[in-house]
Amino acid sequence: MRRAGGGARTGRRARAARDTAVTGTTDTGTATDSGPAAARAAEADAGPAAARTAEADTGTGAARTTDPPRTHRPATGIRLEGVTVAYGGNTVLDSLDLTVGPGEFMALLGPSGSGKTTALRAVAGFVRPASGRVFLGDRDVTDLPPHRRGVGMVVQQYALFPHMRVDANVAFGLRARRTPRAETAARVAEALETTGMAAYARRYPRELSGGQQQRVAIARALAVRPDVLLLDEPLSALDARLRSGMLAELARLHRELPGVSMLYVTHDQVEALTLADRVAVMDRARLQDCGTPHDLYRRPRTAFTASFVGDANLLPVTVAAGGGVEFAGTVLDVPVPASAAPGASATLCVRPHLVGLGDGPNVLRGTLAELRWRGATHRLYVEVGGHRVEADVRELRETPPPGTEVSLHFAARDAVLLPAGAGEDEGGAADGRRRAG
Amino acid sequence: MGAAGRGSGERGAGRRWVLALPPVLVLGLVFLYPLALVVQQSVSPDGGGHSVAAYGQVFAESAFRGALRNTVLIAVGATVGALLLGFALALVVAFVPFPGGKALSRFIDVFLSFPSFLITLALLFVYGTAGMANGLWTGATGAAEGPFDFLHTPWGVLLAEVTYFTPFVMRPLLAAFSQVETAQLEAAASLGAKAPRIVRKVILPEALPALAAGGSLVLVMCLNEFGIVLFTGAKGVTTLPTLVYGKAILDGDYPGACVVAVVDIALSVALYGLYRVLSSRAAPAAPSSRPSRPSRSPRTDGVRRARA
Repeated sequence: MRRAGGGARTGRRARAARDTAVTGTTDTGTATDSGPAAARAAEADAGPAAARTAEADTGTGAARTTDPPRTHRPATGIRLEGVTVAYGGNTVLDSLDLTVGPGEFMALLGPSGSGKTTALRAVAGFVRPASGRVFLGDRDVTDLPPHRRGVGMVVQQYALFPHMRVDANVAFGLRARRTPRAETAARVAEALETTGMAAYARRYPRELSGGQQQRVAIARALAVRPDVLLLDEPLSALDARLRSGMLAELARLHRELPGVSMLYVTHDQVEALTLADRVAVMDRARLQDCGTPHDLYRRPRTAFTASFVGDANLLPVTVAAGGGVEFAGTVLDVPVPASAAPGASATLCVRPHLVGLGDGPNVLRGTLAELRWRGATHRLYVEVGGHRVEADVRELRETPPPGTEVSLHFAARDAVLLPAGAGEDEGGAADGRRRAG
Repeated sequence: MGAAGRGSGERGAGRRWVLALPPVLVLGLVFLYPLALVVQQSVSPDGGGHSVAAYGQVFAESAFRGALRNTVLIAVGATVGALLLGFALALVVAFVPFPGGKALSRFIDVFLSFPSFLITLALLFVYGTAGMANGLWTGATGAAEGPFDFLHTPWGVLLAEVTYFTPFVMRPLLAAFSQVETAQLEAAASLGAKAPRIVRKVILPEALPALAAGGSLVLVMCLNEFGIVLFTGAKGVTTLPTLVYGKAILDGDYPGACVVAVVDIALSVALYGLYRVLSSRAAPAAPSSRPSRPSRSPRTDGVRRARA
């Protein structure tokens, strides 16, 4: 099993720079050049637009000025070491090794039953591993009950307490920790302000929309200033429009709370790719792949990852003797790893939107089987040597009828060669035809 | 609205009255009329005419005052006991997985169908002067008689009623507990709440309507319980229902029996009214059907903060 460690890579330095800006502001009260004061100065000099630009450049948002004290604490990561969870004889999580770096946003992506929620519940303390250890920072919390772990948790159905008003919901964790009354009030106000729910403090949950309830759930989790925030499909109960808005809100929260490590469970690749510093792909109780969204999308290591993270043509190919690979009688010029011996079977992954219509490098000639209009694009399904290849092309002004002979092409740099069998047994589709439709 | 509209509205109202009449008639004949007869009898002395003298006589009797006190104390005590025991047992059955939990839950349904005297009989076998508990005691100590001799006292009636009526509290509670989302309990735990706080702050408030429903049902049933009192406390404990029985069947004092019955009914209705008032006050203000607009849009707030 691959260990998915290492911490966030992309964007970490930028975030560290933002932390410095926040610390500079909150510690000394004196803004650095890149801090919020710069934005305010820019606004004074050149108007609000310039100020917004300055904020975007420095990564500082409004809530950075509200000095969340958690930014002063050393951030806490999450580490799972060989965690296995079984119910009866059924293993629902198999030897999971995973490290979420301090302040990192890690998405656990996988289909239903892949074990991603179980992994999150193991971190929260709601399931006890049959073997393995769970660490929060340097603390081994495997044997600690949930109330002593100090994590915040947000679930799909919000789980707000219906008999409490919004402010009481948010104050719940603080009261459970016997936080002084004045501090509780201040932190409730801060959490509601951070999530944009300050105007709804005296409402009952039933008086709020789904998106508002989810914001309250997030505020409730943030109010206790957790080092670790666990989010279990928090957007699944929302409609598409609300989900889009909440995606932006979560991204903003992640920017504004650089000290909070976030573990986000989802089966939605868009959420994972949009929000996460890194994505751990799970299937059938095991970790299949882990990397930055860009890496997983552009350079998947298994057929399962390729097919689950975005659409993919997975073509069965043979490594050619003279370089490249052979597919349906055609030699394609694609990068081949040195370890791939000539004649070896492999799977070629090409994203449909990177396949062009017409002649070019790596031409595939075939028969148009189906054409679907998708608004800005057309998706072409082309039979090539008994395999179906998909291509997303800009909306065609004139559409060829099915049965037309067409040529497709793709650039060598857009293809990834996967070892044969990499992920097929976990449900990956090695045959391009199985990806059709 | 035009004449045609008014006509159809009147026809609709007439149809509603026709539909409502049969159940109203049945209710009146089967329930309200006999009740009215009891009230009428209570103000109809044997000599003829109408008088409330029977009320004065009955209220002056120490037996009545004792029965009234016993009735209220036992009913309130049994209700409190059943609520406490029922809540604790329902919590265990609903939230603590243990072997046989489902079977126990089903048994509660069966228990509800048992007659009250059966429970009393069972308690006699256990705690009666010649029961198992005293037998064990005399066997162990060699004493001539055991220490358990309370079944014919108000405490015996109380024990029997708590035992019998606890499942009546548990049933609605278990239904309410099944509606509590596990996610809420987990969210509370992840926020740092220990089990007692979760019970107090999350489970109990959500179970209050069920607790109130079960409690009010038990209270009214205890006020009017006859079988248990007859089996256990007949020698030394008189309640309003047994007083009605004594006056009507043993003494032939029908006006007196009806007076006690009217008091019993008034007591039940008053306690039910009190429950309604308290529960309506305890309920939070009814929410509007749609969320009202906040003073400011949260998104606007976010923009304002960003520009601050």
